Amino acid sequence: MPQYQNIFTTVNAVGPVSPGVALGHGNSPRSGKPALSYWLGKLGNAQIGPIYLGGLGLASIIFGTLAINIIGFNMLAQVNWDPIQFIRQLFWLALEPPPPQYGLGFPPMNQGGWYLLSSLFLLMSVLLWFARVWRRARELGLGMHIPYAFLSAIWLFLVLGLFRPILMGSWGEAVPYGIFPHLDWTTAFSLRYGNLFYNPFHALSIAFLYGSVLLFAMHGGTILAVGRYGGEREIEQIVDRGTASERAALFWRWTMGFNASMESIHRWAWWFAVLTTLTGGIGILLTGTVVDNWYLWAVKHGVAPQYPDVFPPVTDPALQAAPTGAKP
Amino acid sequence: MAMLNFEKKYRVRGGTLVGGDLFDFWLGPFYVGFFGVTTIFFAFLGTALILWGAALGPTWNLWQISIAPPDLSYGLRFAPLAEGGLWQLITVCALGAFVSWALREVEICRKLGMGYHVPVAFGVAIFAYFTLVVIRPVLMGAWGHGFPYGIFSHLDWVSNVGYQYLHFHYNPAHMIAVSLFFTTTLALSLHGGLVLSSTNPGGGQVVKTPEHEDTFFRDIIGYSIGTLGIHRLGLFLALASGFFSAVCIVLSGPFWTRGWPEWWGWWLNLPIWSQWPLQ
Repeated sequence: MPQYQNIFTTVNAVGPVSPGVALGHGNSPRSGKPALSYWLGKLGNAQIGPIYLGGLGLASIIFGTLAINIIGFNMLAQVNWDPIQFIRQLFWLALEPPPPQYGLGFPPMNQGGWYLLSSLFLLMSVLLWFARVWRRARELGLGMHIPYAFLSAIWLFLVLGLFRPILMGSWGEAVPYGIFPHLDWTTAFSLRYGNLFYNPFHALSIAFLYGSVLLFAMHGGTILAVGRYGGEREIEQIVDRGTASERAALFWRWTMGFNASMESIHRWAWWFAVLTTLTGGIGILLTGTVVDNWYLWAVKHGVAPQYPDVFPPVTDPALQAAPTGAKP
Repeated sequence: MAMLNFEKKYRVRGGTLVGGDLFDFWLGPFYVGFFGVTTIFFAFLGTALILWGAALGPTWNLWQISIAPPDLSYGLRFAPLAEGGLWQLITVCALGAFVSWALREVEICRKLGMGYHVPVAFGVAIFAYFTLVVIRPVLMGAWGHGFPYGIFSHLDWVSNVGYQYLHFHYNPAHMIAVSLFFTTTLALSLHGGLVLSSTNPGGGQVVKTPEHEDTFFRDIIGYSIGTLGIHRLGLFLALASGFFSAVCIVLSGPFWTRGWPEWWGWWLNLPIWSQWPLQ
């Protein structure tokens, strides 16, 4: 392929750094002196910084740091304050939510109290970051597309840690903080509710997740392929269509009989990504609250086949008399 | 009219890999080409075989139709059609159709004077599929290790194979793949949102510039990768998602047969833990 294939930037142009678009009245000054990175310049822009900190950003970082420190120090306490064991067991350690018997009450600190406190700080950090993203978009005169997309991710976060635990009547339903423990939670959740693969909203969420990756491969590849015609200047191509847009559109039209436009491909992108967490959150919210066993749900609705009983029958532990009032 | 108003001047001859001018024409919006013919052949044959398999099966319920691979006892031999042979032929047709489609994309790229990024990217997806239905079954010595072609049956396969390794989330390549899938989707929402927010500022404001886009991301996280770089990053993240997916399943079975949680024992048993603090 003796042609220009646009994989990395061959000539790293060095010019004056950009201070950024001027901000209006009521904004803080930006922080940090911009620097140039040769290796970043191979991939994209070479310039790092400046950054806008501001009150919202500062508050978000403070609460986020508090949350992570609560998690970290709880883990450190579990290994008897041994920093070596902390590193060794880091992936196995967890800050667990309260046991179910505390319901929606506030438990002792070492029984999930720290978990609730760090969750509160994490939530505040996320919401402050959302306000910051909103404010930065507004101050630059941009549309609100990124903050709205962020809301979709926050929806899933709130379903997992707030809405569903409240509907289930126990903070113990929330997800533990830790690498392997949150994976254990995910698997246990799927097993407890009859395999999440039979949850149609889980299926939709995965379809949008894979669809998003497919779309970015298609879109990223297309734009790079028309890079020699200035295809990456998307805003310009949207308001004044050039040959890059035309070739990109015709590539897909000739391939699959349909094409997006330079603007509409970004609407496809935004919706696919937003619907991933939106449908995922619906799927989680319905699980255990509305539907107790997704496999039986799927059989009832004629979607999944009724498999023969090849193993001796077991009783659903949830249906047994609970000796401690604990949910499995 | 199948043609866009600017399309006529782009419909030129040439750029074909095989067949010269013979198949160098369009049908409606579709380009045909030699590989369009082979795509149709494999896609039609494969679909017909699926329909045949469905007719042999117990149900026409769309969710439950399933074409299963041969029993493990057939090893790497051909199986009778009704015993998984259909699955084998459908797999050949699928690979034939996918590769034909990719090569047809190459011809379209050449016609339009574009780089080969899209067919190469599609090649990574084909590689992931090839890993699932050919490389891993061959390494494990039986076509029966392929996955069944059906909507819920393939989900059952994923579930069952996952639990064969006790807990698939502990597979390190699976961890990387899932992280990449999530990161790609995050990046896609940010890129789509950024371009839309610049071109649709609302409230009668003028359309913004890449300078605004860069400023927004520098303000938020201190770095903006830029209009060209985001497409490189997005393509890389997406391809890495597919690649690590292929890695995570080909490791399971041919290279690791126990539970994945056990795999992490090497980390817990590193000699450095007992040697520190220094005696």
